[in-house]
Amino acid sequence: MITIEVMFFAGAREAVGTQRLEVPLSDGATIAGLIGHLTDQYPAFARVAATAQTAVNEEYASASYLLEDGDEVAVIPPVSGGMR
Amino acid sequence: MMFKVVDRPLRMDELHEVVCTPSDGAVLTFSGVVRDHSGDTETSHLIYEAYVSMAERKMAELAESAWERWNVGDIAILHRVGRLEIGEISILLSVASPHRDEAFAACRYLIDRLKEEVPIWKKEVGPAGDFWVEGPGSPSEPMP
Repeated sequence: MITIEVMFFAGAREAVGTQRLEVPLSDGATIAGLIGHLTDQYPAFARVAATAQTAVNEEYASASYLLEDGDEVAVIPPVSGGMR
Repeated sequence: MMFKVVDRPLRMDELHEVVCTPSDGAVLTFSGVVRDHSGDTETSHLIYEAYVSMAERKMAELAESAWERWNVGDIAILHRVGRLEIGEISILLSVASPHRDEAFAACRYLIDRLKEEVPIWKKEVGPAGDFWVEGPGSPSEPMP
């Protein structure tokens, strides 16, 4: 087992209801596995997860990223961008 | 150099002395301010939220890539978080440069990239309710 520290921001934080969670996962889990796990536990999170990016230890990471024990994952909804 | 997320009011001139050196002929400062509407929707105030450590790191990375592209001097970026009222400054971005053309180019590049890549979110609050403003995201980055 590995333990991942997950941080949620903006709409993701509101959907899950907390800023931080410690999530135990099996060895070999990926970002996609983590997102699936969170979506099962927090149905409101699914809508946010559909458009969010993720970062591992402050760098953007893809769905196939292989997580390691103690990694810090941030769920990053689309940033405000837009109007110029 | 200064790349910071802060929870306090910003003053228009506070980055000038941070970036300006005797070899500079121009200091360009962009300030983003809170407006009272978004499209047809009235806004009463904004709430900004940041992933502070990553945001500061991404700002520094953007400055590095600006230095690779243009011959500009020092760069500083301050972004405010928390509740901001109409007319208050949300972001200050200053670029010092020996010559103005490169300062304009670098400043435009930095503010555009910043709004796409730096993890800072804006919630608009108004009579019609409140909602997180979501840009188009960054299509070059993988989605989970």
